[in-house]
Amino acid sequence: MELSYLGWGDAGWGDEFARGALMTFAVATCAFLLSLVFGTIFAAFKLSSNLLLRAVADVYTTILRGIPELLVIYLIFFGGGQLLQTIALGLFGYDGYIDLPVFGVGTLCIGLSAGAYSTEVIRGAVLAIPRGQIEAARAIGMNQGQRFWRILVPQSARYALPGLGNVWQFALKDTSLISIVGLVEIMRTAALGSGSTKQPFTFFITAFLIFLVLAWLSQRVFLRAEAWANRGVRSA
Amino acid sequence: MDFELIAESLPRLAEGIDETLLLAGSSLVIGFVLAVPIALLNLSNNGTVRTLSSGYVYIFRSTPLLVQIFLIYYGSGQFRAELQAVGLWFLFRESWFCAILALTLNTAAYTSQIIRGGLQSVPWGQIEAARSIGMPGFMAFRRLIFPIAIRQALPAYGNEIILMVKSTSLASTITILEITAIAKKIISATYQPVEVFLIAGAIYLSLNFIVTRAIMLVEFWLTPHLRVDRRIPPVVRRTPAPVPAP
Amino acid sequence: MVAVMTRIGVAAAVAVAGLWAAGAQADTIRIATEGAYKPYNFKDAAGNLVGFEIDLAAELCTRMEAECEIVEQAWDGIIPSLIAKKYDAIMAGMSIKASREEVISFSRYYVNTPITFAVLSDSALVGTESAMEAITLGEVSAEEQAVIDAMKGVLNGLTVGVQTSTTHEAFMTEFMPEIDLKSYDTMDNMILDLEAGRIDAGYTSMTYLRPILEQGDDIAVIGPKMTGGPLGRGVAVGLRQEDTELRDRFNAAIDTMIADGTLSAMATEWFGTDISPTE
Repeated sequence: MELSYLGWGDAGWGDEFARGALMTFAVATCAFLLSLVFGTIFAAFKLSSNLLLRAVADVYTTILRGIPELLVIYLIFFGGGQLLQTIALGLFGYDGYIDLPVFGVGTLCIGLSAGAYSTEVIRGAVLAIPRGQIEAARAIGMNQGQRFWRILVPQSARYALPGLGNVWQFALKDTSLISIVGLVEIMRTAALGSGSTKQPFTFFITAFLIFLVLAWLSQRVFLRAEAWANRGVRSA
Repeated sequence: MDFELIAESLPRLAEGIDETLLLAGSSLVIGFVLAVPIALLNLSNNGTVRTLSSGYVYIFRSTPLLVQIFLIYYGSGQFRAELQAVGLWFLFRESWFCAILALTLNTAAYTSQIIRGGLQSVPWGQIEAARSIGMPGFMAFRRLIFPIAIRQALPAYGNEIILMVKSTSLASTITILEITAIAKKIISATYQPVEVFLIAGAIYLSLNFIVTRAIMLVEFWLTPHLRVDRRIPPVVRRTPAPVPAP
Repeated sequence: MVAVMTRIGVAAAVAVAGLWAAGAQADTIRIATEGAYKPYNFKDAAGNLVGFEIDLAAELCTRMEAECEIVEQAWDGIIPSLIAKKYDAIMAGMSIKASREEVISFSRYYVNTPITFAVLSDSALVGTESAMEAITLGEVSAEEQAVIDAMKGVLNGLTVGVQTSTTHEAFMTEFMPEIDLKSYDTMDNMILDLEAGRIDAGYTSMTYLRPILEQGDDIAVIGPKMTGGPLGRGVAVGLRQEDTELRDRFNAAIDTMIADGTLSAMATEWFGTDISPTE
């Protein structure tokens, strides 16, 4: 194994890998935040008493958990632009290209997939809050916003964090699939490097290790967050 | 929407179902066989053994499957001479073997955690009770631990099966002709990705729907004691309190 | 009410156009390339796109007096994204081919490169005799068919690799359907697998192979060199069918480069041999 390929600067791929890792981290973070948005919305739908909203949320989670993420990415990449263009042409007569930046679409794809998992995590966490607490909050005259921010969010965060840690790992790993449509993150850097140097093992083991480090670091952050969320809870 | 294209590509895509199921099925079976000892090692009292098995699980759960597949497939090519020397190259030469190896190592890591969770869910008191009535170890496992653990683990294992069916689509990146690869082949001739990927997606969705239903059925069989009696309960007539005579 | 609706519509259209529509910048021609097809277009260790087509695009744009932007795009989606107007042109070693002409159009070709079989130097196939040095497919003569059949006999029972969705793949499925075929996402991966011994031969272009042949001696070339027919009519700029004006501009610029010898010099610089058209 030739490590000189991983040097810094013009001759080596070290700086490309560093840039790739930053890109992976950026996409994963945006996708994770997006998945929280989707997760909150669809969890609210699933918990709602409206039959239609519940059905919409069920369709969303069933589809996104049932088809491969790779296909979701291909579909949105090739189909998303087409769809938007049809809408733009039909509604506004705009006949240009609606450029879906790789970063944005990649984030959307992973956010949608991860969102299906976030939905279940958040739904479970909300259900874990004892009903009496909401009733108590109502009894002392808290309005809906207060109930949401003071009771629901801090308590469900505690229950949701371990599950959301898994969703984050999922989003982080799924960024590697965006390489297939050309986003230059860790995996794409490794693929380009292995093709041009004929050292596939060197490059893919590097990618493998970078992912391992990212996963380890982020796990520590989540453990910290869990400790923080549980600070008011007495434990044995 | 080009419905003619949809009608034409459906049978071609369906030809890939065999390959997809074969990939998912074989790696799930081999992965399960591997997962049992890994789970047991994970629960062992020996620190070194525990570190090794949990290290394995950690590594495979925190790296992307795509990287694992490329590492095994193209990475092994860099060590062709060495692998030939130890007589293993004939295996790594086949993209099929590499895909199954990556998928198996992956699912073994996840499944071992599901099994571990299942085993840990068995209440200790039950095992003590079995011991106190003199049940031998294996009998206790067969009659007590296994039935309780599998009921606990089944929903999670169902999710794992679905994840594996989805993961097989990554085998398309190393020249294996399963559903996703066939979809890409059709698109390379027709340049109409949306229709073709939609049908491919529908096929995966149907496969996973069948898996979900099958798991629900097994769960139903395994938990007769939890079944809610759906028969309409007989109407209990409350005899009205006798009206005191005026 | 209608006025409000219209205003909302216009505002939204402006927002959409402003946010996403890079296409609205009329003067910039966006050219897509793959970045994994040495020496046409590839990435150096500094991560920059380089290659014959990168230089050619720059020169053509100067001559067309246009601003150009190179866009990197994986080969898989390169035609659908052109149709979807993600960019305006493709310069990615793409050959003119009938099935592609159904969905996009092409400029005149700027290089034409023969396609052949690559094998490992220690392979038993090295030294395979071929009755003809070069074959032009299309209308195949009896003599040429005999050469192809002989090649088919040599490869019988072996596995040949190609890049997916290429003219090379089209040739193999049309002329040698009996031979086991493996399709790769990139040519680089195909060569990796050839060197790993997973395939017995790779069917690809001489221009792609030349730098590999010069670098080391582990790969050799066998059989006749082929052009035409399913292999297409030379490498050209891929364009949307309705963009006839842009096609004319590209054609004119390529013509001036042929006339003053710059194209020939550029081809020689990158390919080691002049594979540019003479007129």
